[in-house]
Amino acid sequence: MARLKMDIELALGEFRLAVTQSLELEGSTALFGPSGSGKTSLLRVIAGLETQARGRMVSGQDTWQDSKTGAWVPPHRRELGMVFQDARLFTHLSVTGNLRYADRRARSTEIDIGFSEVVAAMDLSPLLDRKVDGLSGGERQRVAIGRTLLRRPRLLLMDEPLAALDRQRKAELIPYIEALPARFGIPILYVTHALEEVGRLADRMLVMSEGRVLTTGRTAEVMESLDLLPLTGQFEAGVLLEGRVLGQDPTYALTSVEVAGQTLVVPALDLPDGSAVRLRVRARDVALAKEKPHGLSIRNILSARVLDVAAQPDTAFAEVLLDLDGVHLRARITRASVAELGLKPGDALYALVKSIAVDRSLLSVET
Amino acid sequence: MSAVELTPIWLTLQLATVTIVLLLVIATPLAWWLAGTRSRLGAMVEAVTALPLVLPPTVLGFYLLILLSPQAPIGRFWVALTGDSLTFSFSGLVVASMLYSLPFVVQPLQSAFTAVGRGPLEAAATLGASPLDAFFSVASPLAARGYLTATVLGFAHTVGEFGVVLMVGGNIPGRTQVISIAIYERVETLDYAQAHWLSALLLGFSFAVLMLVYTVNRRAPVRVV
Repeated sequence: MARLKMDIELALGEFRLAVTQSLELEGSTALFGPSGSGKTSLLRVIAGLETQARGRMVSGQDTWQDSKTGAWVPPHRRELGMVFQDARLFTHLSVTGNLRYADRRARSTEIDIGFSEVVAAMDLSPLLDRKVDGLSGGERQRVAIGRTLLRRPRLLLMDEPLAALDRQRKAELIPYIEALPARFGIPILYVTHALEEVGRLADRMLVMSEGRVLTTGRTAEVMESLDLLPLTGQFEAGVLLEGRVLGQDPTYALTSVEVAGQTLVVPALDLPDGSAVRLRVRARDVALAKEKPHGLSIRNILSARVLDVAAQPDTAFAEVLLDLDGVHLRARITRASVAELGLKPGDALYALVKSIAVDRSLLSVET
Repeated sequence: MSAVELTPIWLTLQLATVTIVLLLVIATPLAWWLAGTRSRLGAMVEAVTALPLVLPPTVLGFYLLILLSPQAPIGRFWVALTGDSLTFSFSGLVVASMLYSLPFVVQPLQSAFTAVGRGPLEAAATLGASPLDAFFSVASPLAARGYLTATVLGFAHTVGEFGVVLMVGGNIPGRTQVISIAIYERVETLDYAQAHWLSALLLGFSFAVLMLVYTVNRRAPVRVV
């Protein structure tokens, strides 16, 4: 499998980016981190848009950059596509004009993507004759993604394509991006600072902070192993659980999902039994009880064991890491509760899960 | 009007047309470079480009007269090449007009290119367009309004010049006598009727041209497709 190997440095004023990585070019990989962590700069270095970058960048057999030998492949010969946060459609061309612009310049004969196929995948036919100026934010991004696909890239770079959109438009656009890897088979590098998007869109992730890569790995593993709290803000921190659909309860529109030998119920999922799914559970949505509680509206009660208790100094809160037969869960509770329940590693207790977000199905992905 | 009065008009139009065509060719790369460069040289080149705005036309005309004369290297080279002198000739007028109108063409182009910015060009590059391709397919159409302003202003300014033309070209009917100089000569010879005609023509033309520029600049960006 092709890899993207890099050992690069870039100084932009005070900021310094230094990344040594070998990325697998398959499926989708998220570049995740807070604003200013260097995600976008890294993407621009990969695209060849940062001419000040020093070091080496090798994609498969092609050396794109090597400061030692002076090798440099300009962006237009790198056979990659980039979707920008602000879409960057050409305002002097219509939607069709924008698509044809990329279509005409595509060189690759190996990647078989047809014009009408892209128009269908991105639902662009009602937009084709429109002027770019009249499009909504979501429509712009669909055109931008379609245009980039028609470049027939070997690698698709996406720089926070959802960041400029409101919540509803984001929700409308996500399924299109979600479907890209399976539909077109192009590896994707996806920059985002939203954990929600990582969980839903990426197989693997690369966590960045202050110009460096902190960690990389499969999304679920990184999310449960790493304390992402300082990077995400306390509201979004949580874990990804991988589970399998057990069965449906049509009466109450619920689906039961097995996770590490225990059963969770979630709002009905239109998936056959046995399908793999990812569940994202935020730490703030997990409460703890020493004894199995009764008379509660919460349906998801899991037995778990305390692995670690991390009080957050100067705040009211503590984070408790739980073990469910090898799978981890995080709970964010008050330090007062930790003291009252006398929580310590090894304690057996019950985790009450108030809310679960279901991320994309893993039907075709080997786990 | 007799044929004699039409000659300066025809000559002026020829001069302005040749000048603006050549100027657009030269000013485009210059404005492009100025819009993109961060070097100190940029400021210097910008200042030199803007000099004709502040210099008295006589100063510019004087230096040109010296530079272009058959005794100077440039003038001598031109004589060797074409057999004709650069001073007191149509070719000399074109050179002088190009210098004189340069800021009126470079500045609108430069601000248009700056307004286009790097964004669309980066997008074009990632879509497989070479820098030259991106310039012609993206940057220049997006700068179309700048081109229109530059063309109209450069043309009109060339039509309206007097001092530089008189210094470099003199007053040779049919060869270097453009409208503005014809007006001067009519006034000198107290032929006020002809002077009125030509002056009113220039006034009307200049007003119409400026109206066009300001109207277009108030409207939405120019669209090519």
